[in-house]
Amino acid sequence: MSEEKKPELSRRQFLKSVGAAAAVATVGGAAGLHKGHPETVGSPASVTPQGVGERTVSLNVNGEVHRLLLEPRMTLLDAIRDRLGLTGSKRVCDRGTCGACTVYLDGKPIYACLKLAVDCEGHKVETVESLAPDGKLNAVQQAFVNHDSLQCGFCTPGFVMCVNHLLKTNKSPSLADIKNACSGNVCRCGTYTRIFEAAESAAKAMREGA
Amino acid sequence: MSEWNDRSKTKYVGQRVTRVEGPLKVSGRAKYTYDIQLPDMLYGAILGSPHAAAQVKSVDISEAERMPGVKAVHVVAGPGTNLRHQGQDVAAVAATTEQQARDALRAIRVEYEVRPHRVITQVASQDPERMEPFPALSDEAQTALRAADATIEGSYSVPVRIHTCLETHGCVVRWDGDDRFTMWCSTQAVHGVRGGMAQNQGVPAGNVRVICEHMGGGFGSKLGPGSEFAVCAALAKKAKAPVKLMRDRHTEQLTTGNGPDAHARVRAGARKDGKLAVIAADCFGTSGYSAQWGMPFPYVYRAETRAVRSRPVRTNCGSDAPLRAPMHPQACAITEQVVDELAYALGMDPLELRLANTDGVRKQQFELGAKLFGWEKRNPKPGSDGGRFRRGMGVGTSAWGGGGGPGSRVELTIHRDATIEVKLGTQDLGTGTRTYVASIVAEDLGVDISQVRAMIGDSDFGYSGASGGSTTTASVAPAVKTASLEARRQLFEKAAEMVGQPAEELDARDGKVFVSSDPSKSITFAEVCSRLGVAGIVANGTFDASLQQGGVAGVQFAEVEVDMWTGRVRPIRVLAVHDCGYWMNRLTTESQIIGGVIQGIGMALLEERKMDENTGRCLNPDLEQYKLPGPWEMPEIVPHLFETHQKVAGIGEPPVIPTAGAIANAVFHASGLRIRHLPITPRKLLEAMDERV
Repeated sequence: MSEEKKPELSRRQFLKSVGAAAAVATVGGAAGLHKGHPETVGSPASVTPQGVGERTVSLNVNGEVHRLLLEPRMTLLDAIRDRLGLTGSKRVCDRGTCGACTVYLDGKPIYACLKLAVDCEGHKVETVESLAPDGKLNAVQQAFVNHDSLQCGFCTPGFVMCVNHLLKTNKSPSLADIKNACSGNVCRCGTYTRIFEAAESAAKAMREGA
Repeated sequence: MSEWNDRSKTKYVGQRVTRVEGPLKVSGRAKYTYDIQLPDMLYGAILGSPHAAAQVKSVDISEAERMPGVKAVHVVAGPGTNLRHQGQDVAAVAATTEQQARDALRAIRVEYEVRPHRVITQVASQDPERMEPFPALSDEAQTALRAADATIEGSYSVPVRIHTCLETHGCVVRWDGDDRFTMWCSTQAVHGVRGGMAQNQGVPAGNVRVICEHMGGGFGSKLGPGSEFAVCAALAKKAKAPVKLMRDRHTEQLTTGNGPDAHARVRAGARKDGKLAVIAADCFGTSGYSAQWGMPFPYVYRAETRAVRSRPVRTNCGSDAPLRAPMHPQACAITEQVVDELAYALGMDPLELRLANTDGVRKQQFELGAKLFGWEKRNPKPGSDGGRFRRGMGVGTSAWGGGGGPGSRVELTIHRDATIEVKLGTQDLGTGTRTYVASIVAEDLGVDISQVRAMIGDSDFGYSGASGGSTTTASVAPAVKTASLEARRQLFEKAAEMVGQPAEELDARDGKVFVSSDPSKSITFAEVCSRLGVAGIVANGTFDASLQQGGVAGVQFAEVEVDMWTGRVRPIRVLAVHDCGYWMNRLTTESQIIGGVIQGIGMALLEERKMDENTGRCLNPDLEQYKLPGPWEMPEIVPHLFETHQKVAGIGEPPVIPTAGAIANAVFHASGLRIRHLPITPRKLLEAMDERV
């Protein structure tokens, strides 16, 4: 009996380490803005290990609290997409390279594919859907449309989230600031220069509007 | 015979019109196949072969079938199947959650008899049976080489590149009965998939409905029903529930297509006046196991004597698929470097040599591009910029068809409430199809574009062909125009009674139908519509060859900066001069040109599929080791639309063609180092510097 339990224990150890690793892997490698948030950065011992099977998790997404029954290994991305039907965030690389799944955790951009849903309890999650709740585009989104900063559009929500966060923290970004903020995101159709234009124009519009 | 609108008077057609689906895409509300959720939908997953070459001995799915949440297990490669490459479909599972499906894949026991493999083209091409002495030159070619004023000899290559569509290949299948199903899929051909799926599922074509509202990139790899479509249909049938099966990134990179590599050993000669006298080459590359390979070499430029041998090399790698201008960028990158080297060997300006070997539109584009780019400021001596950071300029060219073809059927309805529906079964790959469909109609009927609903991406709408070869716009736009003009005719007939003037004297603009000679005599579009019968106005459209024309040329100029300490290449600016006929939408046309240049930068500096000969496996089937261009590689990109005629032509593929060659030449001009094997990585440049010292 105790023999059979062994793999189970090591699995828990594994999950612990995954939880800790996910916490420090955040969007935009170069951007100092995107450091892991204090709650999950710390010694692994502070993380409660989770076993197999489903458990109830409360997720605060776009200002609404949802109680979901899900496996502890489920990523935040899968939870918001498959359980909440918020499909704006995309899975492309599934390992923290491309930024298509970018959401905000307590206001900071993270890769939702690298975050377990259970680790988000007690935190505020915002997805791309939160930027235009009533269908009215915000300044960044409108600039993306105006400058044709999208082609197939699959990477677009991730870029919108990145640029939107940048402009919240930097009212007059340089081109290098913009490139830096977008450096954790990938576009395959090739719209980067259009995205830079949109970011510059949205910043201007926001400065003038303010 | 019809004509396109005079662009100096248009509101939409040919202007900068933002995408009609833009708001959906920036707000995350656009539904891609990957976003489809149906009641009771299951998740599918595919088990791929871990081996590059193996025979399946047995497949045991009994344990997988008992796993939690599993509703169906499907064996694709039964005992006796020969597997030809890593990742090839072996078996698949549908389960309540995606994690459960993946767990069950791990419980499938497959016994393989591993066979010998070859995965690296150069290694596979050394097969004794394939070895032939090079150059096996004809007497004529040898004579021409001896007679040339300058000759060069070199070995060049472009590696295998992977499409890397951000939305992986996949679909959702829902059976609506024993012989009827609906599928949502990420595809470049809704009608083509319908036909293919009806056939492989053994159901009548009319019983299959294929929907693709938005799709996350194809680049040529989503032209037909992929193997995962049939697998998904089988799982859904077995499980008696809808199944969503999207490939994971790993098998996406391994199995859904790639752009073949190209290797060429070249000898070439030119005469003093720059005319290409002779090009001899031994070319080879791999398209995977199929062993069908060829490239248009030499590209564009013609030599008086051509002795080119082309041979396919069979490897145990995933099959190729058309990749944005199949084999053109490869042929271009090699040819452009060869002619560049000849120019330097002759002591001639590389642009002068090109001018000596081109004519017509392309020659005009070279001349215009040189002027716009400031080519004359270029120091003729390569690597002459002293110091750490050295700049250089290079140039390349493209040729493409891009004309349209018949088949598209458009149905346009003007409703009594003054809204308009246009339906056709084409699809939007991100090129802006919906937007120009709506623009054409809004222009001719004089209404606001928001009144026009362009409905595409559904096989229940009229036929339209696959989006490949840059043929979509030139095929679709003429059919929409035909329907639009017919609707306008009917609208004016109705309005003529109301304004008391003959239909021929009417025009439409800003929501009004008015008398051309006296705009004060008018009636609103809405009022005309309100008097229509319940059926409204219905107009159909088919292809009109007089509205399109194929055959486009393009040239690109690139400036780069080479860091002589680190070997890093930084693209500074690219000027892309492209002939695209009568463009439908200036904004989206430019976006496509920019996108082509950016993919070309990837090819020049970053992209390369890496295979391991020992294990037969791919070393970078992911996004962190398969390098795509990112924000920091971006130069200033200036698209220049070069108008040659007033007919529609395609522009999807041409702009990806010249970039890599232009950049490779710019790197040489900057550094004096010729890197003949793409991508031009810092390591290769540093090694070349070492050799020179």
